[in-house]
Amino acid sequence: MAPSTSSTVTLNINGEKHTLSVDHRTTLLDALRERLDLTGTKKGCDQGQCGACTVLVDGRRTVSCLQLAVASQEREITTVEGLAEGERLHPVQRAFLDLDGFQCGYCTPGQICSAVAVIEEHAAGWPSAVTEDVRPEAGPPPLTPEEIRERMSGNLCRCGAYGQIVQAVARAAAAGTPTEGAAA
Amino acid sequence: MREFDYRRADDVSGAVALLGADPDARYLGGGTNLVDLMKTGVERPARIVDVRALPLDRIEPAGDGGLRIGATVTNSDLAAHPGVRDRYPALTQAVLAGASGQLRNMATVGGNLLQRTRCGYFTDVTKPCNKRAPGSGCPAVEGEHRNHAVLGASEHCVAVHPSDMGVALTAFDAVVSYETADGPGELPLADFYLPVGDTPHRETALPPGALITGVTLPPAPVAARSRYRKVRERASYAFAIGSVAGALDVSGGVVRDVRLALGAVASRPWRARAAERVLTGAPATAEYFAAAADAELAAARPLPDNGHKVTLMRNLVVSVLSELAEEAAR
Amino acid sequence: MTTATTGAATPTGVVGTAHTRVEGRDKVTGAARYAGEIPFAGLAHGWLVLSTVARGRILSVGTGPVLSMPGVLAVLHHGNAPRLTTDYVGMLGVPPDPTAAVFQDDRVPHAGWPVALVVAETPEQAREAAEALVVTYEREPHDIVFSDARPDTYPADGHLPALTEKGDMEAELAASAHVVDEEYTTPEEHHAMMEPHAATARWDGGRLDVVDSNQGTTWVADELVRMFSLDASAVRVRSEHVGGGFGSKRLRAHQVSAVMAATLLRRPVRVVLTRRQMFSLSGYRSPTTQRIRLGADPDGRLRALEHRSLNQTSTVWEFVEPSTGVARVLYDADAHRTENRVVRLDVPSPTWMRAPGEAPGSFAMEAALDELAEKCGLDPIELRLRNEPERGPVSGLEFAGRNLAACFREGARRFGWADRDPRPGVRREGRWLLGTGTAAASFPVGALPSTAAVTAEPDGTFTVRIAAADIGTGARTALTLVAADALRVPIVRVRVRIGDSDFGPAGIAGGSMGTRSWAWAVTAAAGELRERLAAGGTVPPEGITVRSDTTAALGALARKERHSYGAQFAEAAVDVTTGEVRVRRMLGVFAAGRIVNPLTARNQLVGGMTWGISMALHEEAVRDGASGGLYGGDLAGYHVASHADVPAIEADWVDDQDPDDPVGIKGIGEVGIVGAAAAVANAVWHATGVRHRCLPIRPDRVLRAGGPRV
Repeated sequence: MAPSTSSTVTLNINGEKHTLSVDHRTTLLDALRERLDLTGTKKGCDQGQCGACTVLVDGRRTVSCLQLAVASQEREITTVEGLAEGERLHPVQRAFLDLDGFQCGYCTPGQICSAVAVIEEHAAGWPSAVTEDVRPEAGPPPLTPEEIRERMSGNLCRCGAYGQIVQAVARAAAAGTPTEGAAA
Repeated sequence: MREFDYRRADDVSGAVALLGADPDARYLGGGTNLVDLMKTGVERPARIVDVRALPLDRIEPAGDGGLRIGATVTNSDLAAHPGVRDRYPALTQAVLAGASGQLRNMATVGGNLLQRTRCGYFTDVTKPCNKRAPGSGCPAVEGEHRNHAVLGASEHCVAVHPSDMGVALTAFDAVVSYETADGPGELPLADFYLPVGDTPHRETALPPGALITGVTLPPAPVAARSRYRKVRERASYAFAIGSVAGALDVSGGVVRDVRLALGAVASRPWRARAAERVLTGAPATAEYFAAAADAELAAARPLPDNGHKVTLMRNLVVSVLSELAEEAAR
Repeated sequence: MTTATTGAATPTGVVGTAHTRVEGRDKVTGAARYAGEIPFAGLAHGWLVLSTVARGRILSVGTGPVLSMPGVLAVLHHGNAPRLTTDYVGMLGVPPDPTAAVFQDDRVPHAGWPVALVVAETPEQAREAAEALVVTYEREPHDIVFSDARPDTYPADGHLPALTEKGDMEAELAASAHVVDEEYTTPEEHHAMMEPHAATARWDGGRLDVVDSNQGTTWVADELVRMFSLDASAVRVRSEHVGGGFGSKRLRAHQVSAVMAATLLRRPVRVVLTRRQMFSLSGYRSPTTQRIRLGADPDGRLRALEHRSLNQTSTVWEFVEPSTGVARVLYDADAHRTENRVVRLDVPSPTWMRAPGEAPGSFAMEAALDELAEKCGLDPIELRLRNEPERGPVSGLEFAGRNLAACFREGARRFGWADRDPRPGVRREGRWLLGTGTAAASFPVGALPSTAAVTAEPDGTFTVRIAAADIGTGARTALTLVAADALRVPIVRVRVRIGDSDFGPAGIAGGSMGTRSWAWAVTAAAGELRERLAAGGTVPPEGITVRSDTTAALGALARKERHSYGAQFAEAAVDVTTGEVRVRRMLGVFAAGRIVNPLTARNQLVGGMTWGISMALHEEAVRDGASGGLYGGDLAGYHVASHADVPAIEADWVDDQDPDDPVGIKGIGEVGIVGAAAAVANAVWHATGVRHRCLPIRPDRVLRAGGPRV
C-alpha cells in the first residue's frame, strides 16, 4: 500500500454513524468540533492536561484530544450531546444544573462525561488512589467526597466549582443506586 | 504536526512488519504521550502503526503465582485486575497514582514503559535538549531542575522517568517481552533502560523496530504486602517529585524479604538494591529503614535546587517501610 | 396588541432568592456555543507563530516554502501586515498593549512575541505550516531578572497613585513595642481559564463582525475601531458564552490578526490561541516582591505601617500590580506609607488578574499581621478588630458600609475559632501537623457607565438587551432577577440578551464591577418602562423600548470608601517529612453588598477561595533564565488546584448593602480570593511553626524549612 495521509472513516457517535474523510492528524476532538458540528466537547488544552474534551469511548472516559479520529473507528463514542434522552436530562446533567456544578461552563461537558464514567467505574468496584485498601477482599470503597474528588481530578475547573461538582456527582450516584427492592 | 501514513496492525508480526526498519515510524498505543509529543513537535513520525487492536490485552497467570500482562492492557484494567490488587497491591496503587482516569483508560502498559520524560526542556522544541536534539546541551543543569534527577544522571541529561507504574514493576522484577522481525526477545526491566551517560537520547535496550508485547511479573509472595507512595506538587493529576514502591516480609521482627524502588529520582525507575541489602536479615525498625535509605542515597548527587529530593526520598522510604512493618505486626 | 401588565405578580421580589442559571441547560447539554464553535461557510484557520528569542529583531520570515504547503492561504507578518493605530487611550483609560497590535515592526521584546500568522484551509494545515515557518532573528541579550535590588525599579501609578505617605515612619517604628519587618514574594501567576482565547472575524455587508470570547464586547469593539481606524458603527463584536476570563480576555493578538486575515482574504478567519501560546500572549499576574514593616504598641495598636511592592512589566507596556492598595483600606497607623514600583524586563506584558493588587497584597499584609499578632501575644482576629479604622486611612473619606468586624465575629463562631490553641506546631494527626489561620479581605466597589434597553413585547414578555458579559459569574441570571423585580413580573417573562456590542455601550466584566454596573442600567430602564406601562395603554407590535444610561448617575455618586469585605478561615494539614500541604476546610464570611442570587454568588465566592488555595500551594510560572521563556508553560507545568486539592469550602455573608446603589450591590467576583492565600499560609505556620513568606508553599520549600518533631 502506498502511504496516504488521509482516510475515510466511519465514526459511531451517540448511536449515529458518520462517514467522513479525515486527515490522519485530525484528533477525535477536532473531528467532533470542526467536522461534525458537535461542539459540546471542549478544547481546553489539546494536550491531555485538563479533561475538558472528555468523551466516552466504548463506555470509558477518554480525552478526545489525544485520540486520533482515524483510530476511533469501530468504537462507540458518546459525547455530552448524547447523554440526555430527548428533553430529559441525564441524572448527572440534572444534578449539575440543580446544584450549580459549574460557572463558565467550559469544563462542564468534560466534567459531566467524566462523572458518568466515575459512577460506573465505582459501581464496577474499581479502587482509586485514595482507596485505603485496594485488595479485592476489602470490597469496593464507599463513594465518599474524597473518593469523588480523586476520581474527578483529571477534570480541571478553573472557576473553582469543585465543591458543587462533587455534590452533583454524589447526588447522581445516589440517584442511580438501585434500591434493594429494585435489585431483587 | 506533519502529515503521516496510518496503518492498523491486526497481529504482532504484522505490526513489526509494518513498522519495518523505518526510523520515522512509531507504534501507537493509547497515544497519551505520543500524540501529545506530535502536537508539540517533539515527535514527527512519517508513519504510525496502530497496535491498539492487537490481541495483547489480557492479563494471565504466569508461573507459580506470577502474572503475564499484555502490552495493550490499559492502565485502568491493570489497576482494577483482582490478581494485581491481591498479589501486587503496590502496582495497582502506582498505576492509580498516575495521570487521570481518562488517561489511564487510554494508556497501555507497553506505552507506559516507553513514555518520555516530562522535563520542560525536552517538551519545548524552542529550547536545547540533549535527549531530543543530541549535542544541543542540557539547560536543566544550570537552569530549572527542581524536579530533576538526583541518582544516576550525567552532565548531559538530568531528566527523570515519569512512570509510576514502572516503579512498582521494577520493584517486582518485571521482565519485558518484545517481538522483532528476527523473533521474540526478553529484557528484565532492570536492564531495559540504558544508563544516561553521554547518550541520553538512547533510552532503552530494545532492538530497533521492536514491539513490546507484554510484561511478566514473576511470583513474589513479598509483594502481597506492598505499598506505593507518591508525593507531588498537587494532590492528584501531577507527576511525582518522588515516589516509593516498597514490599516487606517481616517475621519475628526481622526482615525476611524486601523490595524497594524509587520514582522520579533518575532517568529510570530506580531499584534500591543497596537499601535492600542493608535490610535483608536486619531488624525491621525505623533505624534500619533509615540506614537502608541512607545507603541507597549515598550515591545521590543533587543539583543546587533539588537537594530536597534526597530528604524526601529518605523520609518516604522510612515512612513506607514503617507502615508495612506496622501492617505486618497487626 | 396586548395590554401590558406589570406590578403585582411578584410582590416580594426574586432578588436574593436562589435560581439556577438561565443558560444552565445549554451548558450541561453542550448546546451553549462558545466563540470558536460558531460555524461559518468558507471558514479559514489562522495559527500564530511566536518568537523563539527573548529579545532582538526579526531578520527574515521565510514565507516562500510555507505558501506552497497544502492548503496555505496567507502568511501575515511585519513586512506585509496593515498598519494599525496604537496611540490612543482606550475605554478603561489605558493605551493598548502592543502585544495585541501585531506585526507592526521587526522588534521582538520578549519570548513568545507574535511574529506571524499562517492562514490555511484546515487547522491541521495551519498548524503544520506555522511550525514549518522559518523566522530568523538578530538575537540580543535579554534581561529577565526580577529583583528588588535592581537599580532600575521606579514608582508607578497605574490606576492608583504610586505613593501614599503620612507620619514619621522611622520614629514610629522606633517607638513601637513590637515590630515586624519582612519580605514576602508571590510568583508569576496565570489566568488559565479553561476556554482558550478564540475569535472569528469576517466582513458582513460592509461591517466587521467578530465572534469572540471576551469580558466586554463594547471594550473590544472600541479597541478594534480605534486600532483599525474604522467607524464605530462598522464594528460588531459578539461574545455570548465565555469560558472564563479572570482579567485576561480583552483585545489580544488573536482578534487583531483574525481581522487582518479576514480583511486580506475576504473570508471568515478564526484564530484560536493554543494553551501554550496563552502562557505568553494573554497576560498574567506579575511576580511581586513586597516589603512590609509594621510597628505596634503592646496592645497591638498600629503605630507604623509600611507596604512596598515591586512588580515586573514588559518593555513595551507599563502595568502596575497595585499590591499596596489593600493597606490603604484595611489598616491605619500614625505613620502610614505605601508604594508600588515596577521594573521593565524582557518579559510579556502582565495584566489584571482576579483581584489585581489585592490578591498578592493581601497575602503579604495579612501574613504580616499574623506575625504581629504572634509577637503581641494577641489573637489575630482581636489584633484586626483593635485596628479597625474610622475613616479611610489614606483618603480620610467615610466608609460606605464596613462590615469587616461582623464577618470576623460570624466567621469565628462558625469556624470554632474560640477553641483555638494559639501555639504553633503542637497538633498532630498521624503524619499530619494541623493548624488554622485567618485573614481579612477587601476589594473596592465600583461601577462603569452602561446603557441598557428593555423592551415590553406584545406577547407580555420583556426583553433586556445589554452588552454585558457572563464569564461564569452568573451575570445573565442575576440581571434576569434584577429586571424581573424592577418590572415586577415573574422571571419567566424576562429574557436577557447579552454579549453583543450592538446593544449599546456597557462596562466590562472586571474589577467586580460587572453585575453592579449592568444591574444599575437595567434597573433604570426597567423602572422607567414599568412606570410607562403603568400609565396604561397597549403595546404595539414592535414593542415599547426604554433605554437607560448610567453615566450621569455614576458621576453624581458621593466620594466614599466603597469596598466589599470578608474574613477568611482555613485549616491546613502539613506533612513536614514529605512537604505535602493539604487544606482541610475553609470558611469565608463576606460583607459584599446585596446578594442577588445566593446559588451563583456562593459558587463564585467559593471559586475565589479555591483560587486562594491554588495561589497558596500550587500556582507558579517558572521563567527560564537562559531562554527568557517559560519552563513548562502548559497545564501540566503550571498547576492549578485540582478536585483533590479542594476540600469542602463554605462561603456565606452577613447583611450588607451599598446604600447608594439602586439594587444594593457591591460586587463579589474578587473578594473571595483576597486574604485566602494568607489564611492558608497562616494555618501552615500554626501547624508547623514555620513562616512561609514565599508562595507557593511547595513541598520542597516545606521540606527545606523542616518543622517540629512532636
